[in-house]
Amino acid sequence: MLTFLLRRLFQSFLVLLVTGLIAFSMFRFVGDPVEVMLGQERTTEDIAELRDRLGLNDPFPVQYANFLWGAMNGEMGVSFQQGRPVSDLIAERAPATLELAAVSGLIAVVLGIVFGVYTANNGRGIVAQTIMTGSLIGVSLPTFLIGILLINLFAVELRWLPSNGRGETVDLGWWDTGLLTASGLQAMILPAITLGLYQMTLIMRLVRSEMMEVMRQDFIRFARARGLSERSVTFGHALRNTMLPVITVIGLQLGSIIAFAIITETVFQWPGIGLLFINAINSVDIPVMAAYLMLISVMFVAINFFVDIIYVMIDPRLRVDRAGAR
Amino acid sequence: MAFAERLRRGWDSDLAYSFRTSPVAIVSATLTLILLVGAIFAPLIAPYDPFDPATLNLMNGRTPPFSANQITGDYFLLGTDDQGRDMFSTILYGLRISLFVGFSAVLFALVLGVTLGLIAGYAGGWTDTIIMRVADIQLTFPSILLAMLISGVAQVWVDPADRQEAAIIVLIVAIGLSDWVQFARVVRASVLVERGKEYVQAARLIGRGPTAIMLRHVLPNTLSPVLVIATIGLALAIIAEATLSYLGVGVPPTQPSLGTLVRIGQDFMWSERWILVTSGLTLLVLALSVNLLGDWLRAALNPKLQ
Repeated sequence: MLTFLLRRLFQSFLVLLVTGLIAFSMFRFVGDPVEVMLGQERTTEDIAELRDRLGLNDPFPVQYANFLWGAMNGEMGVSFQQGRPVSDLIAERAPATLELAAVSGLIAVVLGIVFGVYTANNGRGIVAQTIMTGSLIGVSLPTFLIGILLINLFAVELRWLPSNGRGETVDLGWWDTGLLTASGLQAMILPAITLGLYQMTLIMRLVRSEMMEVMRQDFIRFARARGLSERSVTFGHALRNTMLPVITVIGLQLGSIIAFAIITETVFQWPGIGLLFINAINSVDIPVMAAYLMLISVMFVAINFFVDIIYVMIDPRLRVDRAGAR
Repeated sequence: MAFAERLRRGWDSDLAYSFRTSPVAIVSATLTLILLVGAIFAPLIAPYDPFDPATLNLMNGRTPPFSANQITGDYFLLGTDDQGRDMFSTILYGLRISLFVGFSAVLFALVLGVTLGLIAGYAGGWTDTIIMRVADIQLTFPSILLAMLISGVAQVWVDPADRQEAAIIVLIVAIGLSDWVQFARVVRASVLVERGKEYVQAARLIGRGPTAIMLRHVLPNTLSPVLVIATIGLALAIIAEATLSYLGVGVPPTQPSLGTLVRIGQDFMWSERWILVTSGLTLLVLALSVNLLGDWLRAALNPKLQ
């Protein structure tokens, strides 16, 4: 167990070091940061002084170490485009992305489980077939196209919901929430569905196949023989036993939701971190890009690390296997 | 005679039977074929050349579909965009770019993945560990995110003057790099199986070198799953290209693919909706039919999955 843990920790560390290196090289070698910062009017002394102050004369490993140290302390440089610290920009936009991710995650989990249980038990009904076909079409289409379809239907055609933005937000001092106003909630509906749809289908299909597997087993037949109601059999006995793989998938999908948020935020012009990143690419705002790269890799590495640990803790077989085989 | 015989045998094969009895497969194959033909012969089919500024007439801008322009009297099947470009022609050329990038990206991923998979499986030891560890790590990131990050970072590296020309190559490499892992894993797994078989030992005994054994003996026996992954990979690559171009980090705006057209169409969705509807529908049909065709092929070639 300990060896496994250390191995995984080492591997995560290595990934972070490599992405850090990529982010750092972008900083250091794309364009000359001194030229960018000083502009046209400069003297040779100015350049030399700034190079010295920025530590650009230090050996490469020292510069890299300083960069990583800064990143760990939340210092990611200043945005070329907006002239403000990148850490401020990210902190300002994080609530929008996190709220969107949380709501769509919730939609995905709740609807995924409900639809999964329903289609498993009513496989031949028209409703179940419609849900299954719909989900197949849903996963086959690019996320942004689904968002645009929804906008066209509910914003352009029916004019029920806003097509972009976050609506009115309430500033709670440290958190800027859109969940407390009517317009904020309305603005949340379409993006949340767009973002959660893929994960919902995934969870639904998983729950469905696990359910069908479990329903065939003896203990379900015994539960029925004991005279338990169909509802109690489905939710109390069967669903419970499908939850292990479902929880793992939900954990792993957390990262994907954040990743796909880039697309959804662009479609709906949702002012979150993803949109910040896309705008940074288009305007070659390197500090913002580097910060996002670091942020997303830390997030993914952390999620995968914890999912692995949880997996090993839940399933004792993996403990022996992995410790022995690797 | 031999040809007729071969045709009859092909018609009777399991794969053809599964195809004939699956309406989804027939419909999606037909649609894919139509789009493919449209893309390949775009210069012949398209009534206008959307990249030739000489044929553009701003007076023709914003003409609705199925009607003649009120000022110039020119007729456009699917209308025009704000610049007066014929939507039908622009979509055909966009389809061409989308499919070209999709196919090239899959080919790139296939060559890279198969090569690394062969090496990993055949060499074993440290080489194997390093390649597969990298693959494991890469699998933990969603491929579309990777393509986005690679293409975003790569665009920055390219000299601004070359960015337009390099964009498509950057895009192909980015999507290809994000998608090689599946190929490598499948090939490595079958190489591990094939490696111990008698025919490989026989080849080694008669003195063939490792490269020849890998390419001439082992590789042909690993190709059937590779084909399935390539079909599914094609759908993924087309979707990735469309998404990246929609986000503005894909093909340059001077060579719009379907994704770019959807992005342009979104700007006009409140007034000139046909720009979005025509390009969006084409992309929808393309993504759906290639995806369903891939699903069918996977199920047909691999009955265990059903």
